[in-house]
Amino acid sequence: MGVCKEQPGVRVALTGNESIARGALEAGVAYAASYPGSPTAEVLGTLAKVAGEFNLYVEWSVNEKVAMEGAAAASFTGLRSLVVMKADGLNVALDFASALALSGTRGGMVIVVGDDPSSHSSVREEDSRNLCKALHLPIWEPSSVQEAKDMTRAAFDLSEQLKLPVVVRCVTRVCHASGDVELGELTRPERRPVFGRDDRVITFSIQLHAQLEQKLSRAAAEASDSFFNGYSGPANARRLVIASGPSAMYALEALDMLGLAGGVGVLKLGTTWPLPETLLLNYLKNASEVVFAEEVEPFVEDNVMALAAGHWNELGSIKFYGKRSGHVAGPAGAGIGELDPDVLAGSLAKIFDVPWAGQTMLTSREAEELLGEKMPGRELALCAGCPHRASFWAIRTALELDGREGVVLGDIGCYTLGIVRTGYYLLQTMHCMGAGVGIAGGLGKLNRFGFNKPVITVVGDSTFYHAAVPALINARYNRANFMCVVLDNETTAMTGHQPHPGRQTTATGGPADTVYMEEIIRGLNIPYAISDPYDVDATINAVCDMLQLSGPRVLILRRTCALAAVKGKEKNRVYVDWDKCIGDDCGCGRFCSKVFACPANIWDAEHGKARIDEAVCNGCGVCATLCPQQAIVVERTVE
Amino acid sequence: MSTFVEPLNIIITGVGGQGNVLASQVVSVAAAVAGYRVVVGETFGVSQRGGSVMSHVRISKDKPYGPLIPRGRAGVIAGFEPLETLRVMVNYANPDTVTIMNDRPNYPLGCLLGEDKYPDPARIEETIRKLVARVHRLPATELAKEAGSPLAANMVMTGALAGSGLLPFGREYLTATIELLFKDSVRDLNLAAFELGYRQLAG
Ligand code: SF4
Ligand code: SF4
Repeated sequence: MGVCKEQPGVRVALTGNESIARGALEAGVAYAASYPGSPTAEVLGTLAKVAGEFNLYVEWSVNEKVAMEGAAAASFTGLRSLVVMKADGLNVALDFASALALSGTRGGMVIVVGDDPSSHSSVREEDSRNLCKALHLPIWEPSSVQEAKDMTRAAFDLSEQLKLPVVVRCVTRVCHASGDVELGELTRPERRPVFGRDDRVITFSIQLHAQLEQKLSRAAAEASDSFFNGYSGPANARRLVIASGPSAMYALEALDMLGLAGGVGVLKLGTTWPLPETLLLNYLKNASEVVFAEEVEPFVEDNVMALAAGHWNELGSIKFYGKRSGHVAGPAGAGIGELDPDVLAGSLAKIFDVPWAGQTMLTSREAEELLGEKMPGRELALCAGCPHRASFWAIRTALELDGREGVVLGDIGCYTLGIVRTGYYLLQTMHCMGAGVGIAGGLGKLNRFGFNKPVITVVGDSTFYHAAVPALINARYNRANFMCVVLDNETTAMTGHQPHPGRQTTATGGPADTVYMEEIIRGLNIPYAISDPYDVDATINAVCDMLQLSGPRVLILRRTCALAAVKGKEKNRVYVDWDKCIGDDCGCGRFCSKVFACPANIWDAEHGKARIDEAVCNGCGVCATLCPQQAIVVERTVE
Repeated sequence: MSTFVEPLNIIITGVGGQGNVLASQVVSVAAAVAGYRVVVGETFGVSQRGGSVMSHVRISKDKPYGPLIPRGRAGVIAGFEPLETLRVMVNYANPDTVTIMNDRPNYPLGCLLGEDKYPDPARIEETIRKLVARVHRLPATELAKEAGSPLAANMVMTGALAGSGLLPFGREYLTATIELLFKDSVRDLNLAAFELGYRQLAG
């Protein structure tokens, strides 16, 4: 694997996340912790694979706050440590992070935060930079896969120098990109953690705030000479684009497409907080028009404009274009969604008044005219055979039988798709990890005001450990009335099947002391039951039974994620017996494909019969139990 | 091998679960080993769950590029699924875009539910032929079954891409990458699938 190649100078293809991991290895990281979250989920997995070879400690932590606390501990003893999370995870870790900034660190500590502009795999496109600024932490932003490595490596040095964690903020388009990376030298430092009786790392004095500000001033002074800030374009450019992250690459390409490459300078900022003030002022003093290109919020933009305001008398008049002015905007508006070369070309064409018509050959409407019909959209769907589909089916059916218009609350995981058609639009709330259980607790206390509907909240197994347990304790203590369904697919499926405290193995594959959720629930004195969602009838009954109880109760619907279950194994063969399938005449209204809606239950329009798409089916057999004609046959090869 | 225009922009598109990411990985690792600069812009995450997926692969001699191909600038589109092929062409094709398409539909939920209609695949092909000069349609899923599993359609398509003659490096870089990334029977299956796809285009 490329990440542990020894020869410096060699170029290998790495993903952005692997590149971050390689950077940490080059820096001699000793301790790495994370909770899996897209787009940075693969960083820790990469380190876990080489943990033995490099003598690292690598863990999947129960949540981001705990991950950060553990990494901080390693840093306090002088070791280099890495903690990785998505933007949402930083919210979870915020309380500790703000204290840690004050106490400071010792061994280099890098916080990798993955932001997800355009919410490719997140519920929001949060820009973590404003939070990191509030935390008083330096922020670096890689613009390419190569820089993801180089910055991670260098961030350890800066952290050690400042005695402060450094944030590497990496967006999806870098984390999930891949490309050739020139490797640097691997270091294998001797590691001896030291934490003597006289060592103190305490967050308790206003003095520390003053020290923190001094650290940031030092970071600011160094930023102007940073290798990660770069300029390309004419000398003394009057027209300047200031860009960060992959937007710098997009800006260069957009200027090229517009024929403006020779006349407009691009100042790429890698150190986005604190700003490289001297460097910026140097370019701003010649500029009369400045455009900002960054994702998502106008972070650099606001801070540079504030800097310019403070130096107005040296700078002369500059016109600023960006999100504030509304000029840099994608289809959804300024400051919404990610940028790309086309969005920037459109924006720059308007700003610099050059013609630009875009470059698509035809529109969707024109394509549909040529085609003579509509191009149907493709919405997200739970995988074929997903146990969540069966669980949602059972909950939906049970609520219909129950007849009291029960409400269903959601949470974060693959099962979030319960908000759309594939999950029968079942979920009515969806916020952040563990929120469904807390909200259910609130709804479950509204009886006195006449709210008597049954309340069900669904939560995944990994989410259960991450954030649901305190809400369950609260519910037990305050006697809230709701039913919590744990959709236990025995993995963290959404982010690529990482283990969690309910599993038998750790991040590095070693044996774990499994924390069974049943034991936690029993310890809370909450009644619970377990059912297999593939056994649809039994599960419907279990939900119905439990709806009759009061107080908090838990139903565990346990069945391995369909993708994990079939990995490396032969799948069950499932097919439709056309003698039994009565097809279009079926009173069932095409039950399998239309109602249950597994993507592998397709329809053979020519014969008017159901069919199973063998390229998609994962062989769970649920459709076979639901078909009213018993026309679907399962040939079992797996138990 | 045809002349290599910088950068070579390849879009690999399909539906979550069809193995897009692996196909683009094989191409990018091979490109790096062959000494080219390469960048792949990948959309995965929730899109693993049945949505449209797209990988942008950009290969150049020595200039680094951003991970996203500008609209209208795809040199090659490898579509694992007819509808997604057309959808991507609308945004990224120009009359010179070479299009390689698997003929096997993967039905969106709306079509399964009978709310939408999946366009006639023959009409999709016709439409594509009106838009670009060079189109290769192949039964990649069927060929993959022949090789041992319908899931290997991604390697059939990778083989077809190599067979198109558009890549600036030889097929041996791709087969070596497949041998590096996979083990045992999966490796053999993928190599067989690659070969079948290659032969479809290279003759
Ligand atoms: S057995 Fe039926 S429900 Fe299960 S994956 Fe196959 S088609 Fe879908
Ligand atoms: S990855 Fe697993 S849990 Fe997620 S949708 Fe697919 S089958 Fe369901």
